[in-house]
Amino acid sequence: MNTIEATALLATGSFAAGMLGALTGLGGGLIIVPLLTLGFGVDLRYAIGASLVSVIATSSGAAAAYVREGYTNVRVGMLLEIGTTVGAVIGAYIAGFVPTNAIAIIFALVLLFTAYRSIRPHPSASVALPPDPLAGRLRLDSTYPTPEGPKAYQVHNVPAGVTLMTIAGALSGLLGIGSGVIKVLAMDQTMRLPFKVSTTTSNFMIGVTAAASAGVYLHRGYIAPGIVLPVMLGVLAGAMLGARTLTKTNTGLLRNLFTGVVVVLALEMLYKGIRGSI
Amino acid sequence: MSDTINPSSGHKWSDERVELLVGNLLRFGVIIAAIVVIAGGIPYLIANGGLAFSFRTFHGQPAELTTVAGIIQGVFHGDSRSLIQLGLVLLIATPVARVALSLAAFAIQRDRMYVVITAIVLAILLWSLAGGKAL
Repeated sequence: MNTIEATALLATGSFAAGMLGALTGLGGGLIIVPLLTLGFGVDLRYAIGASLVSVIATSSGAAAAYVREGYTNVRVGMLLEIGTTVGAVIGAYIAGFVPTNAIAIIFALVLLFTAYRSIRPHPSASVALPPDPLAGRLRLDSTYPTPEGPKAYQVHNVPAGVTLMTIAGALSGLLGIGSGVIKVLAMDQTMRLPFKVSTTTSNFMIGVTAAASAGVYLHRGYIAPGIVLPVMLGVLAGAMLGARTLTKTNTGLLRNLFTGVVVVLALEMLYKGIRGSI
Repeated sequence: MSDTINPSSGHKWSDERVELLVGNLLRFGVIIAAIVVIAGGIPYLIANGGLAFSFRTFHGQPAELTTVAGIIQGVFHGDSRSLIQLGLVLLIATPVARVALSLAAFAIQRDRMYVVITAIVLAILLWSLAGGKAL
């Protein structure tokens, strides 16, 4: 395959990944790495570098569309960002020492966990928690817009949230993904933010986290311009279009379809990782 | 709530206004980054389009494509790959600019605690972009 053909194919695949990522809220990075390694035979390290680029593109592209709606809690995002950026730099640093087949296996496991979380129905907030005094001191409690006017919400379990976010950041730096699923898990389930607030705040954080590890990857030579070109442009166009059509689409079926794709890719990466052929 | 915003009052830097500004900043940054990548991509494809697409083995990138200073130097020498990397650096800069803007907003709101928190995040980001020295 010559460069023109590969660029065109990769741009198309990245466009689909960006669009599906924005529509399902799972992010484009999840399938960029398998697309590059399994589909185009690209070395895992270049694939992770390109995936980080796609994560920033998805986040900034989609955030430009979301940010107007007023759901993002910038204080929560910024506080948790300390955890995710520290984690991301550590993850990107250790990625230089971990053998690629081990990274492939960890990647596959994260994909499977993401798929599991995505099909599991959302448990409605069960027990009422007492307010976290730390959330009060950090002024994290806020409101979000509803058709009936602004609705107040409280933030819980701040230390547990920061811990989960540091893990999310480390996985992001190690695997070149946004770790959006773990971020939403931490904010939605642990800190008990309203679902819309946790998804938009998570999207805001994903770009910042990926930028923290992208610096390390750039300096290590993992980011190749020949791959960045189609991946960045394709994902950007897809994510912007996806975010714009998000409110008009029924995403249930799409989500299940995407989850199916993720499971197949995970199993293939797991197999190749164990055989050491990646 | 938002219909009481008076542009001439202290509401100028309210959270809603900042978010609107951030949205425009992100859209602008992303579009500029994409244009720069396209500007580098066209000559890159003209020069290399017929060559084999081979990233099967990892051999890193030449030093001039891995640092911000080297990339800018390459752009001035008319290197198309450097121009693609410059677009990438601009893309990385959009979330960094978003954090910097939040820092300014917290400072104007005199929210000292969040000025400190945001400054820590910004410092980590800039340190990583500068090459993560001491790691």
